[in-house]
Amino acid sequence: MSDQLYLSSSPHIHSGETTDKVMRAVIYSLLPACGVAIYFFGLPALMLLLVCTVGAVAFEALCAKLFHSKLAIADGSAALTGILLALNLPPSAPWWLALLGAAIAIIVGKQVYGGLGYNPFNPALVARVVLLISFPVQMTSWSAPAPLGSGVDALTTATPLGEWKTAVMLTGKLPEGMASGFGSYFVGNMAGCIGEVSAIALLLGALYLFWKRIITWQIPVSFIGTVVVVGGLFWLSDATRYPDPLFHLLTGGLILGAFFMATDMVTSPVTGRGMLVYGFGCGLVTVLIRLFGGYPEGVSFAILLMNAATPLIDRYTRPRVFGTVAEVER
Amino acid sequence: MARLKTFPGGLHPPDNKAWTAAKAIEICPLPEELIIPLSQHIGAPAEACVAVGDKVKKGQVVGRAKGFVSVPVHASTSGEVTAIEPRPHASGRNLPAVVIAPDGEDEWVDDLAAADPEALSVEEIKDRLRDAGIVGMGGATFPAHVKLSPPGEKPIDTLILNGVECEPYLTADHRLMLETPGKVRQGIEILRKVLAVDNIYLGIEANKPDAIAQMREECAGSDIKVEALEVKYPQGAEKQLILALTGREVPSGGLPMDVGVVVQNVGTAAAIADAVTLGQPLIERICTVTGSGVNEPKNLRVRVGTPLAHLVEQCGGLDGEPSKLIMGGPMMGMAQLTLDVPATRGTSGLLIFRRGDIKVREPGPCIRCGRCVSACPAGLLPTTIAAYARLSMFDETEEFKAMDCIECGCCSFSCPSLIPLVQTLRYAKGAILEKRRKMQ
Repeated sequence: MSDQLYLSSSPHIHSGETTDKVMRAVIYSLLPACGVAIYFFGLPALMLLLVCTVGAVAFEALCAKLFHSKLAIADGSAALTGILLALNLPPSAPWWLALLGAAIAIIVGKQVYGGLGYNPFNPALVARVVLLISFPVQMTSWSAPAPLGSGVDALTTATPLGEWKTAVMLTGKLPEGMASGFGSYFVGNMAGCIGEVSAIALLLGALYLFWKRIITWQIPVSFIGTVVVVGGLFWLSDATRYPDPLFHLLTGGLILGAFFMATDMVTSPVTGRGMLVYGFGCGLVTVLIRLFGGYPEGVSFAILLMNAATPLIDRYTRPRVFGTVAEVER
Repeated sequence: MARLKTFPGGLHPPDNKAWTAAKAIEICPLPEELIIPLSQHIGAPAEACVAVGDKVKKGQVVGRAKGFVSVPVHASTSGEVTAIEPRPHASGRNLPAVVIAPDGEDEWVDDLAAADPEALSVEEIKDRLRDAGIVGMGGATFPAHVKLSPPGEKPIDTLILNGVECEPYLTADHRLMLETPGKVRQGIEILRKVLAVDNIYLGIEANKPDAIAQMREECAGSDIKVEALEVKYPQGAEKQLILALTGREVPSGGLPMDVGVVVQNVGTAAAIADAVTLGQPLIERICTVTGSGVNEPKNLRVRVGTPLAHLVEQCGGLDGEPSKLIMGGPMMGMAQLTLDVPATRGTSGLLIFRRGDIKVREPGPCIRCGRCVSACPAGLLPTTIAAYARLSMFDETEEFKAMDCIECGCCSFSCPSLIPLVQTLRYAKGAILEKRRKMQ
């Protein structure tokens, strides 16, 4: 009998929650957003999702072979990165751009650092930002949603944030008739990246993540709260120039970013207090870029910037050790 | 409803107590051979004082205490000493033990002296506790008379009885409080006298409402505060229990007496009652035998020295092929290599997992999910300390307060990457102690 017994030290039981289950749960939570993306943007969206996901998994496998490391595609993290990248692309992005993005995300964003757990920046956002800077034309050509079966051809248009920025730069005022259409914004009937347009689909997925306890409230609440409060203060100061908080909330990538990108465990702080600081930083930078930066949207940049600040935040928000008066100094 | 008292951090693993919680304690019959280890407590092992061939009676001292932090060990039945030799011990090594073949008479030693605790002085009571071999029965097995003799500069004003039993599966203390509440109460009154305190708490996890009701009834009209605590592991860890009940935080590196508190397990209180009022030494205890690998899980009253295999027989034998034998609970118990190991004074449970119930998987990289951090009741960063320990950077592990780890195992339990966190922290603690020894 004795040669068949495990002799490991305690604890002898485990929660059953494993990395691959976490990754899978996040993938499930993005399915509503993927569905809406395909509904509004049709086959191009499906193509982007497929190219990015398959591409990311393939590059992960390629890296494992090149670096002689363990093949870890079963943990689901590469597939998740691919899906997140696709959701952050404009519907008219060509297939080669998506494939290039998948390569950048996995190789530059993740594997050069040592793979899962070691990357300081969110890999999907690294890819998105590299593409945005390198291929500004393809990455900012937006088309209006053309729901499946509507028979409407996709028309080139601007995102609500882009429309606002152009109007403010030209006239110093909000564009005409901007206040209308919040219902459309909420369901996702507007121009934007394929995964960011539908608040309702994203919130559905976020609820699932809360229910499964994959994410906690701190990052989304402080991120979105900061955008609403700071954006709201500007709006109160000059409502003819600055958009209102609801506009900030529903247009652009705030909801996708706050619930699914900023909450990436590897690149965000580990303590609740740290998450609040991090979320606040994300929100502040987002509003500043949106209102005063060169780009109409700032969520990706804001998250990447705060990713860089994460080790620092972690250092200053260490939990208080039981029985000590102050935090451990270092 | 008012929020139940508790501590920050921790988690609630599936408790699986339903298997045995409703089962009355059964008396485990004597085995063919009792193996009485001379080391059943923290501190110096006892020294054998009988010879092979000697006839001994139940309660007779077979191993004398050596030093202050030590207690004697006793024969747990009458019979003949058949060997004094190293035998398998719960620590994994073979350690000296007195082996007794029971004669079936189960005859008590003659000079047991019953006494009225009221009539005894505090010193007389403590002598009785030491002579009876009373140790902490929650698992730590620290000699009670030492714990009850704090140095003069550490005044004690509070006594806490630990009836939390937060380890999953175990129901020994639960049944004890249900079936012999009077014994527990008697023990509390003796402790009250020894420590001269009137601020007394009895903490019980809220998942044992019957035990809470029973103890409240038993303590009705007294100043003993029977408190229901939130069901969360490790609620029964000494420092966490003190914080939950009194709001006092034992300083880092300190002991409960630093905040004026002494904690004793309810099982210890019951043993104290027998030792002082009846003069009976600690020769038996309640042990929960449970798990998927046992046919009929039970709570047993077990003589010290009973081989674990005998306990399993009393519970209908093994159910299938076992994959893990654990002495104690699943969070902090010790895996055993053989059922030849005897139950001792600290054996609160025997947990057996069937083949297939223990999955062995490769750990993955840390994904910084923070679960270990939010679960750590000591406020540590387990994954950070473990990462330093893996690089043998022990100065850093010390800076990050590795020595404050209480080894509850919440970090390893919750880690989705299956990283052996607490195991690595134990390793770091060992290395830090080694370093400190060398520096002296």
